[in-house]
Formats: sequence, structure tokens, C-alpha cells
Amino acid sequence: MKQILKVRQLGLDRYLKAKLHAGWMMACLVLVMLLPFILGVGLLLKSEMLIRDHSLLDLIFSKEWKPLSGEFGFYPFIVSSLWVTAAALLIAGPVCLLTAIHLTQYAKKYVLRIMHPVIDILAGIPSVIYGVWGILVIVPWISNYLGPFFGKTTSGYTILAGAIVLAIMIIPFILNILIEIFRNVPDELSEASLALGATRWQTIKFVLLKKSTPGIISTFGLGISRAFGETIAVLMVVGNVAIVPDGLFQPGYPLPALIANNYGEMLSIPSYDSALMFAALILFVVVIVFNLFARALIIRTDKHN
Amino acid sequence: MRKMKYIEERFFRVLMFLSTCLIVLVLFLIVFSVLYKGLPALSWEMISQVPKGGFYFGKEGGILNAIVGSLYLSVGATFLAFVIGLPVALFMNVYLVKHKKLLNTIRFFLDLLWGVPSIVYGAFGFAIMLFFGLRTSLLAGIITVSLFIIPIIIRGMDEVFKSVPRGLLESSLSLGSTRSETSYRVFFKQGIAGVITALLLSFGRAIGDAASILFTTGFTDHMPSGLSQPVATLPLSIFFQLSSPIPEVQDRAYASAAVLVFIVLIISLLSRMFSNVYHKNKIQF
Repeated sequence: MKQILKVRQLGLDRYLKAKLHAGWMMACLVLVMLLPFILGVGLLLKSEMLIRDHSLLDLIFSKEWKPLSGEFGFYPFIVSSLWVTAAALLIAGPVCLLTAIHLTQYAKKYVLRIMHPVIDILAGIPSVIYGVWGILVIVPWISNYLGPFFGKTTSGYTILAGAIVLAIMIIPFILNILIEIFRNVPDELSEASLALGATRWQTIKFVLLKKSTPGIISTFGLGISRAFGETIAVLMVVGNVAIVPDGLFQPGYPLPALIANNYGEMLSIPSYDSALMFAALILFVVVIVFNLFARALIIRTDKHN
Repeated sequence: MRKMKYIEERFFRVLMFLSTCLIVLVLFLIVFSVLYKGLPALSWEMISQVPKGGFYFGKEGGILNAIVGSLYLSVGATFLAFVIGLPVALFMNVYLVKHKKLLNTIRFFLDLLWGVPSIVYGAFGFAIMLFFGLRTSLLAGIITVSLFIIPIIIRGMDEVFKSVPRGLLESSLSLGSTRSETSYRVFFKQGIAGVITALLLSFGRAIGDAASILFTTGFTDHMPSGLSQPVATLPLSIFFQLSSPIPEVQDRAYASAAVLVFIVLIISLLSRMFSNVYHKNKIQF
């Protein structure tokens, strides 16, 4: 009855068009919403063969990586990933914090006008270009200056090179969110603190940073998840040797590099294919977990306020 | 003791200033070092020829195949992502505008998807490809890359449509237009400059990403000849040829890098322009 009324009102042509468009929109939305599940389930199905044959603990903590004889220990790769990610965050974190404070609290308007395009361009530069830059600048620098300075001889293709390149790649991402967070701290709070006689820096330390601590932590969480999955740039400078690294000046072999380097060759051995899909699954799960954690933190503090 | 707090502030202000400078410096260093290597290698022969004698060993020829391939791939992927993304963004802001909780959930899922690394999309795309019996091809690449940029394009357009005033929606509906007409004739038209910005940004992502196409597009010495054929792309042209021991081949990689940097800079400039146009013409209520 309602439909007939609608048709009368709109005319059949317009009614059908409206229905058609709404249907198409709905279909697209459902498709996009299902995508994360399809991704997860697809990866799980593909890596199912490996998980069936090996215990999960074995896979994660075994150091033996011999695909030809069916031994898949992801430990060296996971440890490499952790090293690179942690080091990158240690470099990028302080730089981003300091810059974000400078830009939101001290800097003149025109500095922000310069910095915005700079951040945008940094964010837009493809990762393979960062890789080229790493090979041209960072790797020789480590091998010729930084390594000898610490008394190490290295080729320069090290965890540290990967971490530096990665740090610069995640800086625009972290910086953008941090600026947003600091802007959202109400001015009244800072004004109250200043009115009580605190200096600008004390206000920043005790009001601004304290107020935005949860935001900062969740931003770093997002930064970690971004850094964890970065592939090409890291792969180009990190050395790719499957050993458990024990220092910044050692070569490493992070998980994404493992997938990227071996895909294509693995098709002849079915369990190898499955192992690489398992590596992708680990990445997927880690990224999802860190994202969930970061968002949950944001939502909780929003409610609290 | 009283002086301490001023010294501390001084110290941190210098540190903050330095770290800001560092970021600007690094950007210039990246662009400079890539162009320094790439510009001398860039010549008319380089951008008008395909590699001769194999892209890994041949000393002659250029990178035309990679430039054209990258454009085909990115245009195709951006178009596909747009066809799926635009309806979603409109649906969220015209149909679901009252359901705040649902909207937040959708945005959360999109951000989650955005965070998934491109190598995971690459592996997934490869699995799909095998499942449907496709070979490495332009089509497989387009599908994979479009999956990867769909969340970016939707969130970009969502931000634009979110800023269209509610009054416009209400007046359009009260004049008797259907929601779909409101979507395409009011919202889309209102936000067109912003939509173009979102398209450009996703195009930039698509043309620069290597990890998602590593297994799906393959690589070839020839010009792209069809959807079902493998295709060369700029990021992979850099990635593969840089590891070659032959200097002439490496030059092709550096030239590709310079071209890619130019493209990215142009995109950044254009998107800034369109974003300004959008903000200037925005209706205020």
C-alpha cells in the first residue's frame, strides 16, 4: 500500500531510480563492511594447512626457518619486526611530540602554513622512494660514519637503517593526529594554569600533556600498527638475513619483507605458500589488535570527559 | 632554583625548534637526493622508450612502459574504488545521518581497513587471483589496489559530505526530492571539489604503492596491451632495477624515482588547490 502511494507520488520512473540507487548504495556498504572479515577468513583458510600441521607456539617461537624441509619458525622474523618497529617509534615519537607542541603552542601562523604542505608531501611520498633515499643516504651514512663511531663494521643494511627510514615514514601520520589532539585541549585549561602564574612550559607539562596522555598513547599505538606492516622501504634497507638480531647494527628480516621476498617462489611447495599466508595473518591480527586497543582508549577517555 | 624552570623551558624550546626544522630538512633531503640521482638519468629517450634487451640486463631503452602501466593501473583502481566508494559515502551522509551509532561503527571499520598494511592486501589479492584462476595481470592489480584504496577514498569523501550543512539536506527533502536525488544532485554537486581532492589523494596512494602489486601485476618489458596481460609499474620498476649491478639499469630506476616524485608533488599541489576551492565555495548556514 505504502509503495503504491510512493509510486503515485513520484512517478514510476523516479520511484524505480530511487529504489535502484538505494539498493546499489546498500550493496556497496555491505560489501565494504564485510571486507575485513573476508580478509581475515581468507588468510585464515589459506594458512590453515600450516596451523593444522604445527602447533602455534612452535611456529612463533621456533628459530628454524627451512621451508624446503618443512620447518617454519617465525621467531627471527617476529623479533626483527619488533626491533625495527620499536626503534622507529623511539625515534619518531619524541620528534613528533616536540614538533606538535611547537606547532600548536609556540609557532607563528606562517610556520603552520609552511608545515602543513610539508607534512602532506611527506605523507604522500611513496614508500619505495623512501627506500631509494635510504639506500642513497642512510645506508652509506651508517656504514661510513655511525658504525665506525660506535666501533662496529657493518654494510649499513641494518635494523637501524630500517628504523630510521620507517621513523620518517610514520612521522607525518603521528604528527597529524598529535596536532589534532593538542588543538582539542580546551584553551580554558591552559588559561587557568597561566593565570595562576605557571610558565608556558609548566602549563604544557602539567596541563596539556597530562590532559592528552591517553590520546598520545593511542596515537603511538596507531603509529606502531602502521610501522609494523610497512614493507618495501624497510625491505630495501634492512638487510634481509634470517637470524635473530641482537642489536641495532645487525641485519634483520621483518615479517612483511619475508612475504614480499618469497612470494612467487613458494608456489612449488604448498606448505610454504601457507606459511607466507600465515605471516600475512600475523600482520593482520597485530594491526587489528593495536587499532582496537588505540580506539578503545580514545572512546573510554571521551566518555570519561 | 627559580631560574631552573626558565632554563628548562629554553632548553625544550630549542629542542622543539630543532625537531621542526629536522622534519622540513628531511623532506628536502629526500626530494633532493632522489632528484640528484634521477634528473641526470632523465632524458627524452628514457621516457619515450621501453627497456630493450630485458629490464634487468639490457642497457638500452627507457621506462615508458612503467609510466603508462602505472597510469593505467592507478586510473583503473581509482575509478573502481570511486564507483564503490561514492555510493557508500553518500549513503552514510544522506540515508544514515540520523543513526549516529551505526555511523561510528562504519567509520571505525573503515579506519581499521585503512590501517591494514598493503602487503596483506597484496597477499590476499594473490590468493583471490589464484582462486579465480587469473594470471598476474593488469586486472588483478586493479582489483587489489582498489581494495586497498577503497577505505581511503570513502573516508575522504565522507569528511567532505559530513561538512555539507544539514539544512541543505532538509530543504532538498522537503521540496519533494528523493534521497537518491538529494545524494547525487545536491551532496555530490556541493562537494565536487572535495571529492576531487579525495580522488587525487587515493590516486597518489595507488600510483606509489609497491607491496600490493608485487605479486599481482607482474612485470614486463612491453607496453600494457590488455587487462589480462602483465603490466610494468613505476614503483616496481624502481624496486627491481635498483638491485641490478649494471649502472645503466640502475639509472632507469633513478629516472623512475624522479618521475614518481614529480607525479606525487603535482598531485599534492592539485589536491591542495581543489581543497582550497572547496573551502572557498562552501555554503555557510
